[in-house]
Order: sequence, then C-alpha cells, then structure tokens
Amino acid sequence: MDQELRELYQQVILDHNKSPRNFRKIENANHFAEGFNPLCGDRIDIYVELEDDVVKDISFQGSGCAISKASASLMSTIIKGKTLSEAEEIFEKFHKLITGKYGDENNIDELGKLAVFAGVKEFPSRVKCASLAWHTMKSAIRNENQKVTTEQ
Amino acid sequence: MQTNADLNNKIFDVHNIRKDFPILEQKVHGRALCYFDNAATTQKPKQVIDAINNYYISQNANVHRGVHQLSEIATKAYEDSRSTVQRFINARSEKEIVFTKGATESVNLVAQTFGRQNIKEGDEIIISHMEHHSNIVPWQLLAKEKKAVLKVIPISESGELLLDEYKKLITGKTKIVSVVYVSNSLGTVNDIEKIIETAHSHHIPVLIDAAQAVNHIPVDVQKLNCDFLVFSGHKLYGPTGSGVLYGKEELLNEMPPYMGGGDMISKVTFEETTFNELPYKFEAGTPNIEGAVGLGAAIDYLNKIGMNNIASYENELLRYAAEKISQIDKVKIIGTAKNKCSIISFVIENIHPHDVGTFLDFEGIAIRTGHHCTQPVMERYGIPATSRASLSFYNTKEEIDALVNGIKKVIEVFG
Repeated sequence: MDQELRELYQQVILDHNKSPRNFRKIENANHFAEGFNPLCGDRIDIYVELEDDVVKDISFQGSGCAISKASASLMSTIIKGKTLSEAEEIFEKFHKLITGKYGDENNIDELGKLAVFAGVKEFPSRVKCASLAWHTMKSAIRNENQKVTTEQ
Repeated sequence: MQTNADLNNKIFDVHNIRKDFPILEQKVHGRALCYFDNAATTQKPKQVIDAINNYYISQNANVHRGVHQLSEIATKAYEDSRSTVQRFINARSEKEIVFTKGATESVNLVAQTFGRQNIKEGDEIIISHMEHHSNIVPWQLLAKEKKAVLKVIPISESGELLLDEYKKLITGKTKIVSVVYVSNSLGTVNDIEKIIETAHSHHIPVLIDAAQAVNHIPVDVQKLNCDFLVFSGHKLYGPTGSGVLYGKEELLNEMPPYMGGGDMISKVTFEETTFNELPYKFEAGTPNIEGAVGLGAAIDYLNKIGMNNIASYENELLRYAAEKISQIDKVKIIGTAKNKCSIISFVIENIHPHDVGTFLDFEGIAIRTGHHCTQPVMERYGIPATSRASLSFYNTKEEIDALVNGIKKVIEVFG
C-alpha cells in the first residue's frame, strides 16, 4: 500500500472497521441521536446512558465507510467514563486533528489512540466521514434529539 | 475473408485514439491513470481543446450583433455548431436545437415553460424510478407549485422499467412523460421507443433525458419521435457548461420564453416585447459561444470515429468488464438489464464504496462512488451507495484488468 494511503487506513482503523466496539443498541439509553451524511449515504445511531454528568455507557449502530465506522468505534471506547465537558473537549481536539489545525505546540500523544486519524487531514472529502459520529454524539448528550446531517 | 469485427479493429485502434486525449498520459499517485468516471464527465480530445483555443485566438466576438467581420465569424462558428448538433441527432431543423448550459437546464427549461403552461392542479407527470435528480427535482418543483401529481414508473430487480406498470400509470390527466434513455447509475438502456409510442397513443408528449445516451449510441430524434430530448456537452467529450434542448418546432413555438434578455427579442418597448424566432427565443443573453464551438468539434470528432464503431467497441468492453468483475468473490453488480451501456455499478460485501474509491485512486484508477445523484435507485436496492466504473471508447481491456486487480486488493485489505 502507498505510504499516504497507509497513513489514512492505519491498522487500528482497519481493525475497528472489521470488528467495531460497542456496536449495539443500549436498551435503557437516556440519550440518543441519529447522524446522516447524505453525500455518502452514511447513517449512524448513537445511544448514550448518562448518569449525572458522566457517560456511563455509549454505543452505536449504522453503516458507513471504514473511516466513519472506526471513528465511531474508537470514540465509544474513549468517551465511556468521561464527563460531558471532557467529551466535548476531546471532540474539539479531534476535530482540530482531522482538519489539520492541531498545531505543533500541542502534544499529539494527548489524543491517545485517536492520533491514528491524523492522516484524514490529507483527504478533505473524508473529514465528514471521521467527524459524523462525534457530531452525533455531541447532539445526543446535549439531548437535542435531532437528526444530525453533514449537509445543511 | 474479412469479418466485420476485423474491419472494426482496423478502423478502431484504441491506442491511436488515446493519443488524441492528452490528459490520459497523466500519472496519478505515480500510477498510469485509468479513467473510469466517464458517466460523470468525459475527457476532451485535443481537437476540442484546439477548437476552443482557436476560437479565442482568432474568432472571439459577440454573436448575432455586430456587423464587423469578427462578429460574423463568431456567429458562423456558433451557428455551424448548431447545424452539427442538428445533423448529429437528425432533427428536422436547426430551429429545434436550443443551446443551454447542460441537460439540467434543458429539463428545467421545459418544466418552467411547457410545464407551467400546460400542467394544472390535479394533472399528472410521469417519470421513472431510475431518473437522475435533474429529471426529478424540476418536475417536483412544478408539481408543488401547480398542485400536480408526480407518478413514478417502478423498476425490476435487474434494473429494467416495468412497462406494464407504466401503462397503468397513464390517465386522462397525464400531461407529460419524462424518462431517461440510459440510466447513469445502472447502465440500463430503456426501451424508449415503446415508452414514446404508448404515451403518443394517449397524445402525451415525451421528454427523453439522453445525457448518458448520446455518447454511447447513435440517436435519431425523428425515428424515436420524442417531443423533447436533452443532453450535456461535457458528457459528450465537449466542454462543461454546454448543453442542448431538442424540441419539436410546433411545441417550441407554442411555449412561452424561459428567460428574458438580449437576443431573445425582436422588438422591445416599455409596453411590450415581441419575441425572437426559434431557437433564439430560448437563448437570452450572450450565449456560451466557446461551449457551442467545443461541442461542435466534439461531435465532428465522434463522427469521424463513427458512433456505430464507438457503440460496438464499448459493448465489447462492457461484456469483458462485466464478466471479469462479476467473477470476483463478494462482488455484486447492481443493474443487470439485458440492454446496457458501458456503465457498471457494483457493491462489495461489507466494504463501503468510499473506501473502494479512495483505495483505487492510489492505484491510479478513477471511479465514482456514492449515490450518483440517483438516491431513489439506491433506496430501491437498499444500499447507501455503489462504486461505478463507466467506460469510454478510449478505455482498454488492460485498464479493466487493472481495475479487477485493484478490486481484489481492496478485498484483501478491507475484507
């Protein structure tokens, strides 16, 4: 595989695509949102069980490309146990990473496993694939209960 | 003895033809480019590029206005292209050829003029399930405005229109049938002769979206007896922003103008305007002159190769590609109609088309992935998107082999 392509499709991403974590429905979820990317036809449902201010459980279902599926899967593993403000803070950093705005002054190690998405910034058409799950998660925890779409 | 096929091969030398397309020599990600996105837009032969270049170097002026020499040369170049288009689709008269910016504008023109004039509350418009959004939305807008009803001809699992169902949709309130000749996402060639004949037996006019047909098969509007036919120049090896509306003269004459402005008038006072004759009534403002010139050059180029030669070579490519692609494990072709043009949509088990598209791009292979502006088709098959390889006469069997190898690699990595 070409180097740039390998950067995009890192082994961790391929692995999460093939066996996504938390790919299920939470029956007693108290927060839910649907995400939709009409350009790709990607759909994602995010289920969240919030207890006070903490994400006790989070899961997803839906269909999408390897980037969007792996992004949802990794997000679910990272967000679980975090407070709402921590979750939004991580999303902000992640968004900077995939849009190429994560400056050198920031330590990429802070992002942990999410650093595997650094290659996305070289593929502007795939940024929406990587961010769909996150936008949907944000909507779910804010309980907007609205359909999230990447297109207005 | 020489067979027809031998003769074709002599006339039709793909390696010589490729030399006419400078862009095909490019490398993408260090690999030889295999361009399989021809249904989105075709590449341009140097004959077209040269014609546009030459127009700006030695012919540029505004058309139909000046008395000076350049204006006359530009007008002649523009009108010669109209004649070229007229002969290409065998229209009765040049008056029946309206230049537009593309098939989309042509459909909108008919919906906003013929449609607004003839469609009233409760009337019905028939389209099909395999229309491009450009032949859905203009009619939907009109139907909303007029409180008219949009009816849809269903498709079979193989991607063919169900003509018995079509017959049942026709009522005394049907005012127009607007259907696609060749589906851009399934490749189906529809039996439009039958569709037109049926509509005409009820005195209903028919619009044919030929955007994906004129580049693959010879089209004769008199033989088809369609009332309107639309296509884009850029899918016909011409420039973007050029397009055609063919309409029967008697229909065009009765239609109100589309846009108002210069060139579409005979006489203007503040009280009243007399409209210009056909086709200028529908060409307000300075037209896309270079677009028309380029489109004319593209048609000249295609005529030189011969649309029949193009059709038979592309059919051979289609057969070869469909056989090879369908043999790959986990791959399913969407759209298996008996009569098809060289467009192959496919899905791979558990692998999203966008991953296929990105991966193949790094192999130098350009395909289209997504819903191809036919979301109802995707819904019909219960899939979010497909990968689509659309083949042109400048593609080769070697390129198809590269595509097949690419698909196999995709499955190794993602499967």
